[in-house]
Amino acid sequence: MQSNTDTTDTLTNGAAWAAILAASVGCFSFGLLVDLVELSNHVKTAMIFYTPVGDLSGKSTVAVAVWLIVWIALHRRWRGRNHAKAGMIARAAIFLVLLSMLMTFPPLFDLLG
Amino acid sequence: MSSREIWTLVHGLVFGGGFLLLFSAGFQSLINLRAEHLSETGLRIQLRTLGAVAWIMAATAWVTVILGTYWVYPWYRAVPPKTLSSLQEYPKYFLTQSHHPGWHTFGMEWKEHIAWLVPILLTASAFLVTRFGRLLAADARLRRMVLFLFSVAFFGAVVAGTLGALINKAAPLR
Repeated sequence: MQSNTDTTDTLTNGAAWAAILAASVGCFSFGLLVDLVELSNHVKTAMIFYTPVGDLSGKSTVAVAVWLIVWIALHRRWRGRNHAKAGMIARAAIFLVLLSMLMTFPPLFDLLG
Repeated sequence: MSSREIWTLVHGLVFGGGFLLLFSAGFQSLINLRAEHLSETGLRIQLRTLGAVAWIMAATAWVTVILGTYWVYPWYRAVPPKTLSSLQEYPKYFLTQSHHPGWHTFGMEWKEHIAWLVPILLTASAFLVTRFGRLLAADARLRRMVLFLFSVAFFGAVVAGTLGALINKAAPLR
């Protein structure tokens, strides 16, 4: 049986938009790290968490951590609420996801490197 | 077949291919998830199927990228000894010193990065389907947003899968 809080959570859209925005922030942070590694040797070295994999190990681990932390934070803040400005969150999420795809596109990050 | 070839096959064909096959089922279910078109029983069945498909896709995506990154990729990028005359068993160096370095500088670089966006987007989609299924059926904007995440994840998986297959053709892992 669901608790009252659970029922309220699933009827309001706050936690749903929290999941969407957090995923887009996670993707964006990965794209940002990909470009920062190309820009800076210090960042590249710092991102080598596991030598056989190289900097991909750090970039992916940090991005997943950012995604989960942002998700937990937004979920706690927005659950049980209804977002009147859902359209704005949707546009921000689409922008961040598309930007992250652009940032992981080699011709672009090769320009930075 | 060597063990490296078998693992590459498991990574690309079993998990990657399985993921791509599931996409059409998930996408079609999401498009049809409209409260006005479904009875209560129909909605319940649709949500149960869609939830299962979405979580299997998310799990498959995680297994594929983790297996690819931490198991297969180290073989690809292994540094050859300086005295070695043939680079055939060192795909990254074989490709970068061949007439077509773009297979690595463009192909592998794009594949290894875009693939990591896929499990993040799919986990969010699976969470939304299982926890907010009824809201998705009623709220067109929210449903369109999940379709967007789902579609971007599919694009990323297609890019990674296609490039992976082509790179493995140009410089097979042995």
